[in-house]
Amino acid sequence: MTSRKTVLVLGGSSDIARATARAFAKAGYDVQLAGRDAAVLEPDAADLRARYNVEASVWTFDVLDTVSFQDFVSGLPVLPDVVISIVGLLGLQESAQSDLDHATTVMRSNYEGPALILGLFAERFLARGTGSIVGVSSVAGDRGRASNYVYGSAKAGFSAFLSGLRARASRGGVHVVTVKPGFVRTRMTEGMKLIGPLTVEAAVVGEAILNAVQRQTDVVYVSNKWRLVMLIIKALPEAIFKKLKF
Amino acid sequence: MTLVSGWGRFPVVDTDVLRPRSFAAIGDAVAGASGTVARGNGRAYGDAGIGAIRTVAMTGFDRARWFDPVTGRIRLEAGVLLSDLIDTFGPRGFLPFVVPGTRFVSVGGAIAADVHGKNHHCEGGFGRYVDSLLLRTGQGETIEASREQNSDAFFATVGGMGLTGVILEATIRLRPVATGWIRERVVSTSDLDAAMRALDAGDSATYSVAWIDCVARGSELGRSLIYLGEHAGTGELPHGADAFPVGNDPGLAVPVDLPSITLNRYSIRAFNELYYRMGARRAGESHLVSLFPYFFPLDSVGGWNRIYGRRGFLQHQCVIPEHGARDVLGDILERVTKRGDASFLAVLKKLGQGDGILSFPMPGYTLALDFPMRGDVLKFLDEIDRLVVAAGGRLYLAKDARQSRATFEAGYPALQRFKAIRKSLDPAGKIRSKLSQRLFDEVQP
Repeated sequence: MTSRKTVLVLGGSSDIARATARAFAKAGYDVQLAGRDAAVLEPDAADLRARYNVEASVWTFDVLDTVSFQDFVSGLPVLPDVVISIVGLLGLQESAQSDLDHATTVMRSNYEGPALILGLFAERFLARGTGSIVGVSSVAGDRGRASNYVYGSAKAGFSAFLSGLRARASRGGVHVVTVKPGFVRTRMTEGMKLIGPLTVEAAVVGEAILNAVQRQTDVVYVSNKWRLVMLIIKALPEAIFKKLKF
Repeated sequence: MTLVSGWGRFPVVDTDVLRPRSFAAIGDAVAGASGTVARGNGRAYGDAGIGAIRTVAMTGFDRARWFDPVTGRIRLEAGVLLSDLIDTFGPRGFLPFVVPGTRFVSVGGAIAADVHGKNHHCEGGFGRYVDSLLLRTGQGETIEASREQNSDAFFATVGGMGLTGVILEATIRLRPVATGWIRERVVSTSDLDAAMRALDAGDSATYSVAWIDCVARGSELGRSLIYLGEHAGTGELPHGADAFPVGNDPGLAVPVDLPSITLNRYSIRAFNELYYRMGARRAGESHLVSLFPYFFPLDSVGGWNRIYGRRGFLQHQCVIPEHGARDVLGDILERVTKRGDASFLAVLKKLGQGDGILSFPMPGYTLALDFPMRGDVLKFLDEIDRLVVAAGGRLYLAKDARQSRATFEAGYPALQRFKAIRKSLDPAGKIRSKLSQRLFDEVQP
């Protein structure tokens, strides 16, 4: 049993987290699920045990409570082989424009918290000399849009953090993956207008993350169509971009 | 409000669709409006999975609670799809005991429709392998029901089309299997008599089903291919074959609604001829096939319901009691072939006794046909229904979208008992679907 690998999923109760935990458990990983309310995660842990005959445990983790991060990392009985941050908060752009508290929460949930906790794990992984770190960022971070730039800017910061961390950690045997899922049919996007051909199911994201870890990919656009879409959007001159209703 | 339809895409009706995230929220959804029903993966053909006012989508509830790898018993949330069960537990040596013709149905839906498979004649329906279930009744209680405990609720829920309440969880038994392969033998028969004899002869086979060429007429009326199957052991696999094959996602999908002209008597005739000949070539010797094409031939074509175009199609599945079945089936087939636009997949199989109070199966032969929704098809099917009723048969509620109250009442004599149990679980009539409104709800003042 000692040869079994362990994955830690931060933000464990989201649809993407559930799908990702399943993909790793199916591949034989033991799973640590962490979220604000550990009790809520227990049925998901039971699901993983029943389906895949792996060990699954639940842990309390609040991405906004940064002072607890050191204790959280030290408190895990096993330092995981893979840590995945799926924490994120879309928030409401309109509220975030004037409500500083809301804007702060969106920024901290998408950048400060995920970056700090993954940074802590990076130190441990580098000391050990192995490990994979996965940050779920967003295509929204590739270019600020009028409709969601508070969220997008935080994701942009997170993407930049991950890319810098990757450059540094790769020299120490630690691999960093940036995941940009695009539209995913989940609770977060329920009721939103999604573009069918660009939208994937959560299970597809889970598989993509597992693949990226196994193949040591650096940046993953879950649907390859997004890579093209964002290439075009990033290339648009600002003078044109600001006139687009986008 | 959202426009919703079943797999047959008729009828299309307005309903609120809710996606609760907890059992408590399901309770609130049911309590909040008179006229709610749960919906699994939407593979019922007609109006069974559509609430009178409000529809509760259950596919988000897809967790396993526990699994006993010794006995094969498993506790599941009702939204788990059979495809998920097969993919997850197949490689661990367990499959559902009963699967219908598609794997994309939920456990809750499979219980509610007491679905049957190619093994009903000897092993019964899905409900037979349900040990217990957790039901949220219209009255607001959450009860565990089994053959011993709340047994009325149990037998009304198996085959009860979701009308006793919302199935939240179930404990079911899985079948231990050595491989994911089926040893198949195809028998080709020249007419209906031969087909029925071949099915009778296949009674001892675990799986048996007949595909009927419903274009063949005259002396060839009812010519068929009979597919018999057994689970294959590890020793039978060719060297190097995976014990458990992979079920691919539908690779080939029908991307758009085909214009209704695509399906005409010529294209259907050509398809049937080709299908029959290809099958007849494989007749005789038994061979191994993966469970996926064996059980779920249509699942390999994603969105195949779009073949019938925007107006959709009607499935007509009846069961005719054994005695006198030959004449009635011959009469139905003759009318269908004369009509010319039916069904490029007509299926005949034997059924045994059903388990639930409203379960569709009864000992006899079941014939499934589909018809594009056009012209005078409704009138034509009423005509077929009269033959079914006269023969003491009934129609399958999971596939029905149009039968009359009279046809339904004649076919389901246990209806009064079902209604009494439903009333005791839901005195205020909170649980109602478009199907129950159409077929047996008392008219609301």
